[in-house]
Formats: sequence, C-alpha cells, structure tokens
Amino acid sequence: MVRLDGQGQGLIQVRGLDKVYRRGSEVIHVLQGLNLDVDAGEFVAFMGPSGSGKTTLLNLLGGLDRPSAGRIIVDGVDITRLSNSELARWRARHVGFVFQTFNLIPVLTAFQNVELPLLLTRLSRAERRQRVEAALRLVGLADRMKHYPRELSGGQEQRVAIARAIVTDPTFLLCDEPTGDLDRRSAEEILDLLVALHREFGKTILLVTHDMRAAERAPVVLHLDKGVLVEARGGVGV
Amino acid sequence: MGIPVLYTIRSAQVRWVPNLVAVVSIAGTVAVFVSMLALASGFRATLVASGSAQNALVRRAGSTAEVESVLTIEEVRTIQDAPGIARDDQGPQVSPEALVIVARPLRQTGTDANVQLRGVSPRVWAVRPNVRIVAGRAFTPGLPEVIVGKHAARAYQGTELGSTLRFGGTAWKVVGIFDAGGTAFDSEIWCDAVLLNQAFQRPAQIFQSVTVRLVSPDAFSSFKDALTADPRLRVQVDREIDYYRKNSQAVTRMIEILGTLVAFIMGIGAVFAGLNTMYSALSARVREVAVLRALGFGALSVLGAFLLEALLIAAIGGLAGLFLVLPLNGWTTSTINWQTFSHLSFAFRVTPRLAFEGFFFALGIGFLGGLPPAWRAARWPVARALREL
Ligand SMILES: Nc1ncnc2c1ncn2[C@@H]1O[C@H](COP(=O)(O)OP(=O)(O)OP(=O)(O)O)[C@@H](O)[C@H]1O
Ligand SMILES: [Mg+2]
Repeated sequence: MVRLDGQGQGLIQVRGLDKVYRRGSEVIHVLQGLNLDVDAGEFVAFMGPSGSGKTTLLNLLGGLDRPSAGRIIVDGVDITRLSNSELARWRARHVGFVFQTFNLIPVLTAFQNVELPLLLTRLSRAERRQRVEAALRLVGLADRMKHYPRELSGGQEQRVAIARAIVTDPTFLLCDEPTGDLDRRSAEEILDLLVALHREFGKTILLVTHDMRAAERAPVVLHLDKGVLVEARGGVGV
Repeated sequence: MGIPVLYTIRSAQVRWVPNLVAVVSIAGTVAVFVSMLALASGFRATLVASGSAQNALVRRAGSTAEVESVLTIEEVRTIQDAPGIARDDQGPQVSPEALVIVARPLRQTGTDANVQLRGVSPRVWAVRPNVRIVAGRAFTPGLPEVIVGKHAARAYQGTELGSTLRFGGTAWKVVGIFDAGGTAFDSEIWCDAVLLNQAFQRPAQIFQSVTVRLVSPDAFSSFKDALTADPRLRVQVDREIDYYRKNSQAVTRMIEILGTLVAFIMGIGAVFAGLNTMYSALSARVREVAVLRALGFGALSVLGAFLLEALLIAAIGGLAGLFLVLPLNGWTTSTINWQTFSHLSFAFRVTPRLAFEGFFFALGIGFLGGLPPAWRAARWPVARALREL
C-alpha cells in the first residue's frame, strides 16, 4: 500500500519532509512537509514538472542528501539520524540506484561494474562471481560481461546499471528517469525489466519519470507539486 | 574491501598524458636528488677508502690538515720506537712523508689545478699494501723519479710514462703509474721524501706526517697513548681512516646540503605538478566518485583510492628518476678537496640506500600532491556531485 497521510506503518515512512536550498540570498523550498508511506513490494512512479523536486526526493530517500527537516524511516531505521559513514554502509545494504545517465565506471568492464557493490560485502570471490553472472543473466547481458561501457549501447549500459543495482538484493530500487536518455525501444526494454523485477521478484521500486508511457507501467503514480505529493492514479490508501 | 586497486590503476592509465607531466617532474627531482647524494657518497667513499683502520697518521698537534703539520727527524725517530708498530726484516713499517702542492695544467682544459706531491719513504709499500704499480716501476730512492696515481695520470698533462715533470727546480722522470684502488692517493704524485725536500729547498729532515702500519687495528689505542704521553712529542694521532673521514666531511656536507636544497625546491615544483594532475583527474571524475559513494563506498575509501593513484604516479616517476641516474654509478668526476685545495677524482656512488631514499622522496611528493585532491574527493557532497555533468 502507498499512503500520503503520514499514517502508514510500511517499509518506507516519510514524515514532514522539508528540503530547502539556499543559493546566496535566494531560498528555494523544494519539499514542504512531505508525507509518504510505501509498503514492501510496491512499484511507484513519481511525476511532476521539471524542478519540482523529484530528484531531490529520491536523493533523500536514498541517503545521498540530508533533509532540512523531517524523518525518513526505512525498515524501522531513521536514516536522517545516521552518521555519514553509517549512511554509506546503509546505502550499500539497502539501496539500488539507477540513474538517467547510467553512470557506469568507464574503466571497468560490465562484470567489474556489477561486482563493485559486492566488494562491500563479505562474499567470497566465487560467490561474487556467481551473483554477478546471475544479475547479468537476468538483464540479458550474460554475453557482454567483459565489455567496457563504451562498447555497449545506451540500453545495454542501463541494463548493466540495473544489474549493478540489484546484485546486492537491496531493500528497494531508486530509479531517476532511467529511460530519459534512451530511444523508445530501449526504454521499453528497461521498463519491461523493471516491471519483471517487481512482478516476479517482488522488488520495491520507486521510479521518477517525465514520460507518461513509463509512468503507466507502474501500478501507482504520484505527482509532486508545490513541495508535496498528490495522487495521480492508482491505489493510494487513506 | 575498498575501491578496487584495478580502478586506480586503470584510471591512472587512461589519463597517462596529463599524468606524464607529473611523472617527468618527479623523475627529474629524484634524479637530481639522488645524483647529488651519489656525488657526496662517492666523494666520501673515496676519501674513507684512502685510510686504513690498521694505519695511524701522526701530525703536529693543532694542525688541521696534513699539509700544515711539521715533524722533525728526531720526532720521527721517537715515533718509530712506539709500541704497536708492525715490523718486518727491514725494520718498522713507518713512512715519514713530506707534502707539497704544485700546480699542473689539466688535460681537459689546459688550466692549472693543484696536485698533491707526496714524498714518501721506501717503506711506503709496506705501510700501504693496497697501492700497486700498474705500469712501469716504483721510483728509486735517491733518484729524481716520480710515480703518478692513475687518476692524476688521466687528469694532468705531461704525466705519461717516460716524460719529465719540472717541480721545484728539478726535472723528475715519470717511471711508473700506480693504482690505489680509487682512493685519494690516486689523485697524487709520489716521489722520494728526502729528494722532495731538497728540490723545494726545505730542511732535509722535516716531514709533514708519519704514517705507521700497526700490528693490528686494536693496537691503535696503546700506540696513541704512548705517543701522547711522551713528553718529547707534541703530536696528534688519528686512525688513518678517521682522518680521511673527517677530511671528507666539509665537502660531502656541502654537496648534501646543496643537493637537498635543490631537490627540495624542485620537489615543491613536483608537488604542484602532482596537485595539478590530481585535481584535474578529480574534476574529470566528480560524477564517478559520487557514484562510488552512492554505491556505499565510504569517504575513506575514496580518499584512499585517490591517494593511491597519486602514489602510483609518484612511484613511476621515482623509478624513472632512478633509471636516469643509475648509469651515473661509477662515473668518475673530480672536485677540489677543500682540505688540501688539490684536485681529487672520485666516482658517483648510487648506493641501494640512496636509491631507496630517492624512491621514498618520490612517494613523499606523491603524498603531498595527492592528499589535498583526495581529501576534496572524499568530502564532495554526493547529491550535488551527481548533478554535475
Ligand atoms: N544543490 C542545489 N542548490 C540549489 N538549488 C538546487 C540544488 N539542487 C537542486 N536545486 C533546485 O531544487 C529544485 C528541484 O530540483 P530537482 O533536481 O529535485 O528537480 P527535478 O524535479 O528532479 O527536476 P527535473 O525533472 O528537471 O530533473 C530546482 O529548482 C533546482 O534548481
Ligand atoms: Mg531530476
């Protein structure tokens, strides 16, 4: 279930979230008292005009940035209270990021890119190899493991990025316009992949997109407007 | 586990052109640093090797250098009777020696340089067994003949076998070339001490120093105590090796200080080259760093990766610098020995210790040049960095 009234008890609980940017004397209130509850296994799309704060919200949920006020509780842990190094460890364990610009490490192969987050675990070399191969197989790139990012198409790069995001089996996936840089066909493939991850593997996915067709693939669509979320479509509980 | 070393190596590899600037600058610094110290170490080694631990050098008390000292024949006789001196069937192994500094034209430039002319006793071969005749023969006592050290033979004009040298109004015939094992003696010319005094119209029975061969290195203190306790003598006694070691200090220290100073100034330049390289590497990889941080790598991991990259570049620079100076090893050059103001030939000595010092100097430069950029990389706000293109 997804709720916006701040009354949920699910996996992700966001309470009274504020984010204020200051640029010189200019103060920008991007998020203002935002509430959000997302249960495990949900697939939520976020839409909203450019500059409405979608990336800001995702960065806060992923522990990449700190809110000006409010709390974010994930699986019972208030991540706004974690120290920087605790937050880094938390990210490694709980969050899988997928970015618009893929953000693979250019000097590492597909295999090495996917293996990166596993280097922060206690897994043995053999176990890591097994996991990386499984993740790459899942995104349909088992035959591209030794390729460098520049030797892959945009769609393939993004699939490697998704493999990297899921290889640690994180608590949830954060995808910030993952199809924004892709052609229609590659975009569909990526969306198919996300839908499959949600349906077949029960992944919790938060997807930011500008694209109506992408948002249509998510059961729940929320709209970010004037610093708070409003329901656009789907089953938002009360 | 941290950020893989592979990432660091590959990243450095990809940016090899800008990195080359830092490598070259570090290599140059290390090369200068090591070659200057190799010069000092070669100079010291040459002088220290000149002295033997089993020999004692006796001079007039208060004279800093051998040339300034004066000993009379009576004093020489008293010294000869002291305990601890090695003897053979020809008597005590003692060489009273007279020293004169003369100017001779150098082969290379034609300009005059000072050469040390050493009048020795016929017993000198027993006192300094490491000195060998390599061409011709030894001088004959009582005849105006000289033998020339191998470095002096190379350095000065008119020192060929059979040629004649004019010193102090006497024509000396070059009858031999000797090899003193690359020591200071190799830069000298030797002849009969008595004749030398005559030629330079000095009292026949006056010497500058007495070098004695001891029965063993351990005999030194009893020998020294006997001489210093003797009321007829006012002498100072040094182990020959200590005398030469002290002798080398002024010059080696000067070279070392100068070398370190120059290397230090170049090092500052190299640190800035390193800073520049690493800052530009960083600005090209802001997003990459942010992604690594987003994946959960800690600030320390990022710091370590960038520092490692700087150290890697510095290590390559350091090795390149050592590679540059290694051929200098054994290269013979010469300088003025400040104690005697005479010309002294010696070889560069790049010791393993110097090579290590040079390498660690390079790593130090890498550390200083890498730390500030690495620090900045580690502290970059992740969310903001992810927005950069
Ligand atoms: N570091 C920052 N300093 C100041 N202002 C910022 C900063 N980051 C973002 N902003 C501002 O906050 C607002 C929200 O930005 P954000 O990137 O979250 O929007 P968005 O909804 O993701 O937009 P888009 O659809 O274009 O990606 C914008 O007005 C942006 O200019
Ligand atoms: Mg955005």
